[in-house]
Amino acid sequence: MFEALSFPFIQNALIAGVLVSLASGIIGSLIVVNRMVFLAGGIAHTAYGGIGVAVFLGLPIFLGASVFAVAAALIISMITLKHRERMDTFIGLMWAVGMALGVVLIDLTPGYNADFMSYLFGSILAVSQSDLYFMGGLLGMIVFIMIFWYRDILAVSYDSEYANLRGINVQFFYTLILILSALTVVVAIKVVGLILVIALLTIPVYIAEKLSNTLYMMMILSGIFSSIFTLIGLWISYEYDIASGASIILISAVSLFLFLGINRFK
Amino acid sequence: MSIIEIKNLSFSYDKQKILENINLNVEEKDFLAIIGPNGGGKSTLLKLILGINPVKDGSIRTFGEVPKKNLSQIGYVPQNTNVNTDFPIKVIEVVLMGHIGTKRPLFGYAKEETMCAMGALAQVGMEKFANERIGSLSGGQRQRVMIARALCAHPKILILDEPTSSIDVDGQKQIYELLKELNAYITIIVVSHDVSVIMKYATTVVHINKKLTYHDMSGQHSDAPNRCNHFCEVEMFNKFREVK
Repeated sequence: MFEALSFPFIQNALIAGVLVSLASGIIGSLIVVNRMVFLAGGIAHTAYGGIGVAVFLGLPIFLGASVFAVAAALIISMITLKHRERMDTFIGLMWAVGMALGVVLIDLTPGYNADFMSYLFGSILAVSQSDLYFMGGLLGMIVFIMIFWYRDILAVSYDSEYANLRGINVQFFYTLILILSALTVVVAIKVVGLILVIALLTIPVYIAEKLSNTLYMMMILSGIFSSIFTLIGLWISYEYDIASGASIILISAVSLFLFLGINRFK
Repeated sequence: MSIIEIKNLSFSYDKQKILENINLNVEEKDFLAIIGPNGGGKSTLLKLILGINPVKDGSIRTFGEVPKKNLSQIGYVPQNTNVNTDFPIKVIEVVLMGHIGTKRPLFGYAKEETMCAMGALAQVGMEKFANERIGSLSGGQRQRVMIARALCAHPKILILDEPTSSIDVDGQKQIYELLKELNAYITIIVVSHDVSVIMKYATTVVHINKKLTYHDMSGQHSDAPNRCNHFCEVEMFNKFREVK
């Protein structure tokens, strides 16, 4: 296994795995405490439309996916403001249309049919140097925002009505959380793929929630758990030659069941 | 001067009248109880006083100004404190939310803010629980924490929406005893269903069902139904009291 570490693409995969795990630990915590898991799912699948557009026009994949994901986040934020009770309908709509658009555009792209699966199930071994910069930059931005606005984000997440009374701009922070979720979803697609993104954003977070007394502790623990699961998953996928995204998620799920079992008999 | 003055206030939502021609004055150190049926407009009135809903018809003045200007003078304890009990947050962090955006450091919490929050917790007898997770407390304890959060900004008025709706009987009594203590220096406004408890602590009771009716608690033993022939639980309790 150790000779594998000398390959640049393996090194890139390991770095990407850790960067994305830390980002998804922080953002996943926010998504879970704000009950936004379904929204994140909607954003992820809408992003697939952006991947289709990018492939069709020959643009960078991250760019297309990011633009679509952020647009989805902004739309969701607007809907929450005006038609909260119809939210699930609109998200279901975006979810399906985004996917359909992506599939059609990739079909229409001449000579292109290879990498379709890689967006659905991740392609961490194909992470490039510039992908790493994007991931690192995003993680840096998330950490900075969390440190700077921690108490506002905490107040909005815990009790938005009260936060509003205390003069905090609830809509702004809600939108900010959604946009950061969108960008995190985009980088997580690279690691575990569109379909498994939600598992990466929730499984480590769920374990961390049970072990933490504060939101920042939950974020840190989620990041650590997520990194461990990702690294073990990668190693298993290399050893047994199976898909990395799926093996990362299965390792996470097995750990979750172990955790729940141990918790129960304690 | 009354600290809250409401004149000819009406409020409609989707063309449906919720409040009609409300007139109400709250004086300093009053203990005002607002009772009335569900959907009668109690919570709407609170939202208007807190500046969450805009006043369109009539006027509300808190400390002589429009409600939005004096939010820092009013502490608010919202209705349901049992939401989000899974949230990983410590009691002290909940209380710290009561601070307003002034004098805050670049990140984290200033020392004075933490001291002040601990003080508020001590006021409600919860200082020992500062580092507990909020979800591990009982309903009554959590309600005390929410009161501490409201006290954190040193308000002159404390407004509570159904503070005892999800608390057992002992807990309810403790909450009202606490409010009575606080009433020595803070004006208290409570929305409640619980007439029997309210009767014991409130100095003024108003009944709201679209319109507002006063029940002056000083004239508890008057026979006649009050001014506008309104007869509700308050009169009934007074009758019972006379029989005893």
